[in-house]
Amino acid sequence: SLNCVEWSLLPPATEEMVAQAEQLKGRFQGDPSFEYEYTEINAEDAERLFEDGKEPMIKEESRLIATIEQIDRAVGIIPRGAFVKTPLGSVHENRNFEGLSLTEAKKLSSYFHFTEPVNLKNKTLLEKADLDPSTDFLDSLEHDIPRGSWTVQLEKGGTVVVLRSLLWLGLTFYHVPMTKQYGYIYFGTGEKNLDLPFML
Amino acid sequence: MAQAPAEPPPQAVPREGRERGLREHLWPGHSPDRPEAYTSLPPQRQPPVEDFEPGRDHYQPQQSEPGLPSCENQGVRQGSDQPQGLRKSIYQPQAPDQDPYQAQDQRAPRQAPYQSQTPVQHLYHPQGAEQASYKLQVPEINISQRYAQRQGSHQAQEARQSMYPSHALGLDPYQTQEPKSAYQTHAVGQDPYQAYERGHGPYQPHEPGYGLYQPGYSLYDDQIPDPKSRMLAIQNAKAYLLKSSTTSGLNLYDHLANMLTKILDEQPTNAVDIIENISKDVKWAQFQKKMDTLRDEHEILPTFEAAEKRKALFLKANGEGDEELEEEIGETPLPNVMETAFYFEQAGIGLSKDESYHIFLALKKLISVQPIQTCRFWGKILGLEMNYIIAEVQYHEGEEEEETEEEEVIEEGGKGMGEVEDKDEEREKEDEPLKSTYKPPPVVPKEENGTGANKYVYFVCNEPGKPWVKLPPVTPAQIVCARKIKKFFTGRLDAPVVSFPPFPGNEANYLRAQIARISAGTQISPIGFYQFAEEEGDEEEEGEGGRDTYEENPDFQPLSVAEMVDSLATWVHHVQSILKQGRCVWLNPFQKSEEEEEEDEEEEKAEESDELQQEIGPPLLTPLSEDEGIQNIPAWTAWPSTNLIPQYAVAILQSNRWPGAYAFASGKKFDNIYFGWGHKYSPENHTPALPPPVQAEYPSGPEIAETRDPTLEEELAFKAAREEALAAAEEGEEEDEEDVVEDDEEEEDD
Repeated sequence: SLNCVEWSLLPPATEEMVAQAEQLKGRFQGDPSFEYEYTEINAEDAERLFEDGKEPMIKEESRLIATIEQIDRAVGIIPRGAFVKTPLGSVHENRNFEGLSLTEAKKLSSYFHFTEPVNLKNKTLLEKADLDPSTDFLDSLEHDIPRGSWTVQLEKGGTVVVLRSLLWLGLTFYHVPMTKQYGYIYFGTGEKNLDLPFML
Repeated sequence: MAQAPAEPPPQAVPREGRERGLREHLWPGHSPDRPEAYTSLPPQRQPPVEDFEPGRDHYQPQQSEPGLPSCENQGVRQGSDQPQGLRKSIYQPQAPDQDPYQAQDQRAPRQAPYQSQTPVQHLYHPQGAEQASYKLQVPEINISQRYAQRQGSHQAQEARQSMYPSHALGLDPYQTQEPKSAYQTHAVGQDPYQAYERGHGPYQPHEPGYGLYQPGYSLYDDQIPDPKSRMLAIQNAKAYLLKSSTTSGLNLYDHLANMLTKILDEQPTNAVDIIENISKDVKWAQFQKKMDTLRDEHEILPTFEAAEKRKALFLKANGEGDEELEEEIGETPLPNVMETAFYFEQAGIGLSKDESYHIFLALKKLISVQPIQTCRFWGKILGLEMNYIIAEVQYHEGEEEEETEEEEVIEEGGKGMGEVEDKDEEREKEDEPLKSTYKPPPVVPKEENGTGANKYVYFVCNEPGKPWVKLPPVTPAQIVCARKIKKFFTGRLDAPVVSFPPFPGNEANYLRAQIARISAGTQISPIGFYQFAEEEGDEEEEGEGGRDTYEENPDFQPLSVAEMVDSLATWVHHVQSILKQGRCVWLNPFQKSEEEEEEDEEEEKAEESDELQQEIGPPLLTPLSEDEGIQNIPAWTAWPSTNLIPQYAVAILQSNRWPGAYAFASGKKFDNIYFGWGHKYSPENHTPALPPPVQAEYPSGPEIAETRDPTLEEELAFKAAREEALAAAEEGEEEDEEDVVEDDEEEEDD
C-alpha cells in the first residue's frame, strides 16, 4: 500500500525474483511499476537473458517482494519458546508461552530465526543433548555471521528489550519480558548493509 | 457456575448433573458438556440438597461421585425427611471433615478419599457402625465399579472426589451422607450402581423413567459381580495410580487430581485440546513455592533502578528561588522539545512521548548547570551497546570554558633538519640515529571555538538522567578521516575507533566529527528565516570564505506549506558546509608559521604551496536546490505531513544523503532533527582506503650493489700483489717498461 488505505496483495516470492533483485542497488522509487534496467550486467548474462526471451528489466514490485522475502528470511526472529514443534513435526504457536525472563531476554541465544534451520545439524552432540527438541528447533542468533550484527538494548527503564539488526538497517524486534508480547518491524530503505564487516 | 444459574436449589442440579456426568462417561455419545446436563432438575431433588447449599454450588458438579449419592437420592425421595435429618446432623460436624480435606489438598489430594472416609466413619459412628462401614464400602465399591467399566471415567471421578476436599464444606458428609442415605433406604448398596450400570442408557432426571429406580428396586442385582473382588480391583487400581514415579516423585493420582482442579477452576475453552499443556503447567507448578516461611529478599528490579535514575530529572533543582524562575520563563534557552516532537510526530518521526519528555527534563538540567545561551535537541544516534542523545548548545559569549587539547597533533618536530649529504659522514660525526627527512604535511589547524565547524558545542548523554558529557571540538583532520571510514558507534565515548586510515581520536572525536558533517549537510531552514547581518564589512570577509554569521529575520513571512514542499529552493542551509580540507573557512596551512618558511629551503615546499588552491564551498544560506543528489536520487525528499487536511499540514523534508535527517516547517516554526545510525548514504559499497604502496627502495646501482666479501685467500693474494706492486712501482720508476708490464700483470692479478 502506498497510503495505508488501499492495499494490494503481493504474490509470494520466487527464487528467480530474489536472484534478480539482488543485482539491483539503490533506493526504491516508490512506484511499484517502475522498471529497472540492468546496468551492471555482463555481456554473457545479457545474452542469456535475451535468449530466454526476457528483457533485462525488473519491476519494482518484484524487487519489493524479493526484498521482503530476504528480510524475513534473514532477520525475522522470534523469542525462544514462542513456537513449539510437535512430535509429528508440525510447528505451531505455543499458547503457554509466557515470555522470556529478564536475564534470558538480554541474551542473544534466546532468540531464533524464524526460517528453516541451517546450522542446527552442525552442533555437537553435547550441545544437542541440552536442547529441547520441542522449542529449540531453529537457528539461534548467537552464531550469526558476522558476530555482533545484532544490538540488544533495554528501553523504557528496562521493561522492553529491543533488538536491532545491523545487516538490514531498520529492522527492529521488540519483546516485553514476562509477557507474550513480541514482534518485529522494518522501517528503512530496503537495502542490505553490505558494509557491515567494515563497520563493526 | 453455569450449571445452576437459575435453579433455586443449585445443589440438586449438580447432583443430577453429577449423575449425568457419570453417565456421560459411561455412555459415550452424550454431550460432554456437563453444565448443560445440569440445567434440568427434578424438584424432588431439592429438599435433600438444601442443607448443603453454602459453598457447594461450585463443587457439586464436580462431584461425579455423587452419582452415587444421586442414585441414592432417587431412592431417597420417599424418605427424604430422613436423609435430611440425617444430613443435618451430619452436616454440622462437617467442620472437622473440612480440615482434613483442606490439609489434604495441600499435602496430597490422594489421601482425600481415604481420609474422607475415615472421619466420616467417626461421623457415622453414632449412627451405626454398620452404616459407616457400608459407607466406606459404598464409595469404594462405586469407585471400583466405575473403574471396572471405564478406567478413564473412574479416574476422573476419583480425582474429583479428591478435589472436593479443598472446596466443599461438608463435601464429604455430602458424599458420605448420600451413601448413608442410600444405605438407609437400600439395604444392599446397590442403588448407587443404578447410575452406572444401566442397561437402558442414562436416564435424564426429567425423563419419565427416572423415578423408576426407587428404593427397593435394584437393577444391579444381575450386574454386580462379587463385591469383594471388585473392591480388590479398586484397591489395586488405586494403588497403581498412587505409585510414585521414579524420576519425578509425583504420582498419577495426585497429578490428575491437581489437573482437574485446575481445569475446573479456570474453565479454559477447549480444555480437551490443551489438556497436555495444562498437564505440563501443573507439573511445573509443583516446583513453585506457594507459602514459604522465608520471604524472598526484596528484589530490586532493574526497572526500578532505571526509574530511580530518571527520578532525579523530575525533582526541581534546589536552591533556586522564584526570582530565577521568573527570569527563565521570560527567555529560556530551553527548547520546547515537546512541541517539536509534536510536529515531527505528524510525519511519523520521533521518539515516544515518554522519552521526549525525559529528554526535555534532561535538557533543562543541562541548562541549569552550564551557562548556555541557546540550546537545541539535535537528535539521537543509535549505537551498538547504548545510544547517544545529543544537544546542540551555544555558550554565552565570554563564558566559554577552555578545554584541554586532547587530540594528538602531528608533531611538527618530526620534520628533518637540513639535508644531509653523506650518510656515512654523519654517522661518523654523531652517534645518534638519522633524523628523518620526512616532513609530514602540515596540520591544518582546527577552527576556533565558536566559528565554522566548531560553532556549536555538543553535549551527549546515553540516556536522559545520565550526566551530560561535553564533546571536544572537532579538528579538520578528524573530519577528513571520518569521511573515509564507516564505523558503528558502540555507545561508549572512550571506545577506540579501529579503522584504516587510523582515526585520530576515540569514539568521542568520531562522534563529534560525524555530528559536524551531518549538521553541515542537513541543517536547513525556510528561506528568509535567517538573513545576513548587514552591518559587517562583507567585502573583506568574502575573500576568506564568505559570511558566516546570520541572524533571524524579524520580517520573516512564512511561505505556505504547499510552496515549501513543491520547491526545494524555499529551503536554505544555515550551517556552513565543510570543505574538503575539513574546515568551513579555508586556511592555507603554509602561510601560517613563518618559522617554517625560514627553515625550509627545499624547493618542494614552494611548489606545494602553489598547488594548494583555495577551496571554496557553497556560501552560507544556499538553497537546497543546489544540493546535488546521489546518482539519480535527489538529495532531499519533500512531502506534506498529510494530504487530507492541507490547512494544518506540516512540510517535511527528509534527507537522502544522510538517512535519518529530517526537517519540518509549519508557519513560523521549523526545526531539524536526526535519528539514525550516523552514517552517510552511499549506494556503492564502502571501500576502505587501500594502504599506501610499499615504499620504493633506493634505486640500485653499482655503488651500493652488494658483492661478496673477499675471502681470506683473496685478501692475502691482494695484499701480496699490492706489495709487489709497490715494490714494482719503485723499480718501475727506473725501468718504466718493465714496471708497466709488471703492473699490468699485477693489476690483473688483483
